Amino acid sequence: MSVGLEDYLAVSGLLFAIGFFGVLLRRNTLIIYMGLELMLNASTLALVAFSRYNNTMDGNVFVFFIITVAAAEVAVGLAIIVALFRKRQTIQVDQHNALRN
Amino acid sequence: MTDILFYVFATITVASALLVVLNPNAVNAAVFLIVTFLGMAALFVLLEAYFLAVLQVLVYAGAVVVLFLFIVMLLDVKGGRRRSFQPVTAVASILALALMVGAGVLAFSSRNLPPVESPEQASGSSLKAFGEQLFTTYLLPMQVTGFLLLVAMIGVIILSKQVRPVGRGN
Repeated sequence: MSVGLEDYLAVSGLLFAIGFFGVLLRRNTLIIYMGLELMLNASTLALVAFSRYNNTMDGNVFVFFIITVAAAEVAVGLAIIVALFRKRQTIQVDQHNALRN
Repeated sequence: MTDILFYVFATITVASALLVVLNPNAVNAAVFLIVTFLGMAALFVLLEAYFLAVLQVLVYAGAVVVLFLFIVMLLDVKGGRRRSFQPVTAVASILALALMVGAGVLAFSSRNLPPVESPEQASGSSLKAFGEQLFTTYLLPMQVTGFLLLVAMIGVIILSKQVRPVGRGN
């Protein structure tokens, strides 16, 4: 049995689920951010697979834009994390509770 | 041959993604993130998106993970001190995984997906076609993306500048 679209989609879904695990379970902001990146990458894998098996170009171009935007997003997000660390001296999310009371 | 390669790379990708999430040390997690992105690039090659594979290695495995490592080194991250997961979130995540995999199986196994076309028809492989698309059909998104990069750069500079309190302190 040859590898088809559904196999790629299974890998993509699995990666998305793992990233989702990371976002839900971890307390470290950086690892949460890595989980977000994993989820983004899983969606790009699904897009490339769909684009390949439908014989179109559009999915690939879309993934190109996603990679560009993700690079910008990582830069801004990490700057925010550094600013937060400067203010609170911690990167554990459960200690960022300034809005609690 | 391609099938074996697919299974090898898929296994590597998923396993290192799991290690990213479960690793207590943030530096090790970042290194496993590189392995995940490289495995993803290999999957892109198997899907004949060669340009995207190169881009994945350059942008993700190169720039993004290096940025992550910079920040991990910059902030003090005490390794090997992961607190145990809360049972509620663990149960919720396992439920989410089951839902996601179940939905995928339901959606994609029952109906017949389009068969694989012959590889020489795949238009995503040629760099020329890519550039042509980018500068004709997708010209406006291209410009907007460039502007977005500029905005992101300005935002990062402003965010990482030391803010001095104006007027009275604190």
